[in-house]
Amino acid sequence: MLKITDLHASIDDKKILTGLNLNINPGELHCIMGPNGAGKSTLSKILTKHPDYSVSSGSIEYTLNFEKNNLLNMDANEISLNGVFLAMQHPVEIGGISNFQFLKEITKSHCLHQGVAATNDEDLKKIILNLAEKLKLPSDFLDRSINDGFSGGEKKRNEVLQMLLLKPNLIFLDELDSGLDIDGLNIIAKSIKEFQNSERSFLLVTHYHRILEKIKPDFVHVLYNGKFIKSGDYSLAKKIEDQGYSWLI
Amino acid sequence: MSTTKEKQYQHGFITKIDMESFAKGLTKETIYKISAKKKEPQWMLEYRLKAFDHWKTLKEPHWGSNQYEKLDYQDVIYYAEPKNIEKKKKNYEDLDPELIKTFERLGIPINEQKRISGVAVDAVFDSVSIATTHNEVLDKVGVIFCSISEAIIKHEQLVKKYFGTVVPYTDNYFAALNAAVFTDGSFCYIPKNVKCPLDLSTYFRINMQETGQFERTLLIADKGSFVNYLEGCTAPMNDKNQLHAAVVELVALDDAIIKYSTVQNWYPGDKNGNGGIYNFVTKRGQCRGKNSQISWTQVETGSAITWKYPSCVLTGENSQGFFYSVALTHDYMQADTGTKMIHIGKNTKSVIISKGISSDNSINTYRGIVQVLPSADGAKNYSQCDSMLVGSNSQAHTYPVMDIKNNTAIIEHEASTSKISQDQLYYLQSRGLSAEQSISLIVNGFCKDVFKHLPLEFSEEAVSLVEMKLENSVG
Repeated sequence: MLKITDLHASIDDKKILTGLNLNINPGELHCIMGPNGAGKSTLSKILTKHPDYSVSSGSIEYTLNFEKNNLLNMDANEISLNGVFLAMQHPVEIGGISNFQFLKEITKSHCLHQGVAATNDEDLKKIILNLAEKLKLPSDFLDRSINDGFSGGEKKRNEVLQMLLLKPNLIFLDELDSGLDIDGLNIIAKSIKEFQNSERSFLLVTHYHRILEKIKPDFVHVLYNGKFIKSGDYSLAKKIEDQGYSWLI
Repeated sequence: MSTTKEKQYQHGFITKIDMESFAKGLTKETIYKISAKKKEPQWMLEYRLKAFDHWKTLKEPHWGSNQYEKLDYQDVIYYAEPKNIEKKKKNYEDLDPELIKTFERLGIPINEQKRISGVAVDAVFDSVSIATTHNEVLDKVGVIFCSISEAIIKHEQLVKKYFGTVVPYTDNYFAALNAAVFTDGSFCYIPKNVKCPLDLSTYFRINMQETGQFERTLLIADKGSFVNYLEGCTAPMNDKNQLHAAVVELVALDDAIIKYSTVQNWYPGDKNGNGGIYNFVTKRGQCRGKNSQISWTQVETGSAITWKYPSCVLTGENSQGFFYSVALTHDYMQADTGTKMIHIGKNTKSVIISKGISSDNSINTYRGIVQVLPSADGAKNYSQCDSMLVGSNSQAHTYPVMDIKNNTAIIEHEASTSKISQDQLYYLQSRGLSAEQSISLIVNGFCKDVFKHLPLEFSEEAVSLVEMKLENSVG
């Protein structure tokens, strides 16, 4: 599904990734861990074309329905329309546009891309409210501006709601657990587990072990100095939880 | 990041046509010549001359935020018209095809076959009105819609009764100049209890280089009448600054409603701030009768410099004034715009909604005053002034003044400043919206309280104009 080869990237001449390799197959859940400042959050931004970052070499190959795409040649919106979703660590607030209007516009855009008729307002509202209830988001969030005045936890739930709504194939979850209390974490972990299937792949970035206990990753990678220095299975995450990173670096 | 690409200005073409114009310069002689050209009655000429004498005693105003060199009024052409237009415009077939094409390109067909349904148009080209459409429909209900030059001759008594009564020539420097040298503009009269069956629209086009355009418009809504009036303006790209100094007067009698909308898209100059129109305009409406209403809706997207404060004088009891404005500046544009709401009558009400968007190196100023005189018991005002910054080199200023001399007045004011950031755009794009869709969503969200007051055909144009002007500015 995703094949990253020898990726080098920087921001303002500062090198962030220095030869990163990663291969994610359909249905797999990968987790990236690493000490602060290792470039964990950067990776998901680079994969979704954040304008601040530039890639100097390497390739990012994304395969959907046997068709290979180079994410480096696609705009952020095309990446999204082709089934890649990033749940952001810090979703921005945008005033003046109601959440419903926003969700309607993005759904419309995705429907258009897939060549299917857009859901009418009434049905869409029902679908969204259903998801909101599942994620324990207050129903008035539809009338509020995008993320405006949302608590940290509400913003994260809104990200997950968009994921459930757009039904992407490749999902990056960037520090989804930060800002969530234990109830919030349980709700979101449950939604993600229900959303997992043999076709969908996940890349999870986290500092903490507690979300991994709930969503057991198939692979764990440790990012340091712009590349993976260690990869393993779930037991690696447990070892890091117990011993920290010092034995690795 | 500032833009490196020149923004598109779709209306920057020049019409190649034989023109007849005065030599540059402004003396009494110029005024005699304008008046003779228009075959005006003596009182109009005398009015012009009085205004000219008064103008000479005044100083060019520089109290606003706009920075510009003192203008050389002798370096301006005060009258320009397509050759033999007076004869030719009597018969549509005789009009120069270039002129017809020009207005067609601007989306304002003056051809009776192609004309826009539901809108009567007065097309003004440099100093002269070329054509007005839909006259027969308006005649049936007694609505007068023609050029002001024609009205001064054909509807002399009506013009004489109202001309200069809302904006006297003593009002300000540019109003005095306009009163002396105005050339054309529109005149509308809506009779008692008539709901104007069409929207009325004037389209102003500056074509000739070094010409100043001195528009004069007078609109009277008699008792119980209603009119929707639209105004558009464009000019060719020209590396020298050009002056457009207009005066617009509105009069609403008892129970009359005037809705006046402008989409201003004068040439704003190039990306380095060379050229562009100086838009120095006095617009004022008087709610003279009880329960009358005047609303100004403006979308200001052009001009190198804008100096414009469409105002309402609320004289009649229970009268209402509204000001809805979106002012967009980019590159090196400067806009100093806002409104005056003057409450004189009892239980008068006013609403001000102003949205300023500044990008690149531009400066955008809201300047407004709400005045409640001692006579205005129970006056109410609500003001909301929001600014949005795009990029990091632009400026937004807000100068709201409240001058309240009656303690029964209820005045509310809200203000905010926000910024379109790269992160907001990235967020929307990462959800599947294109850069254009994202900007449009943000800007429409910001401006929706103003856009919703525009007539449908104008609001679509306004939205796409604003989007086009903001392309490449966000960074």
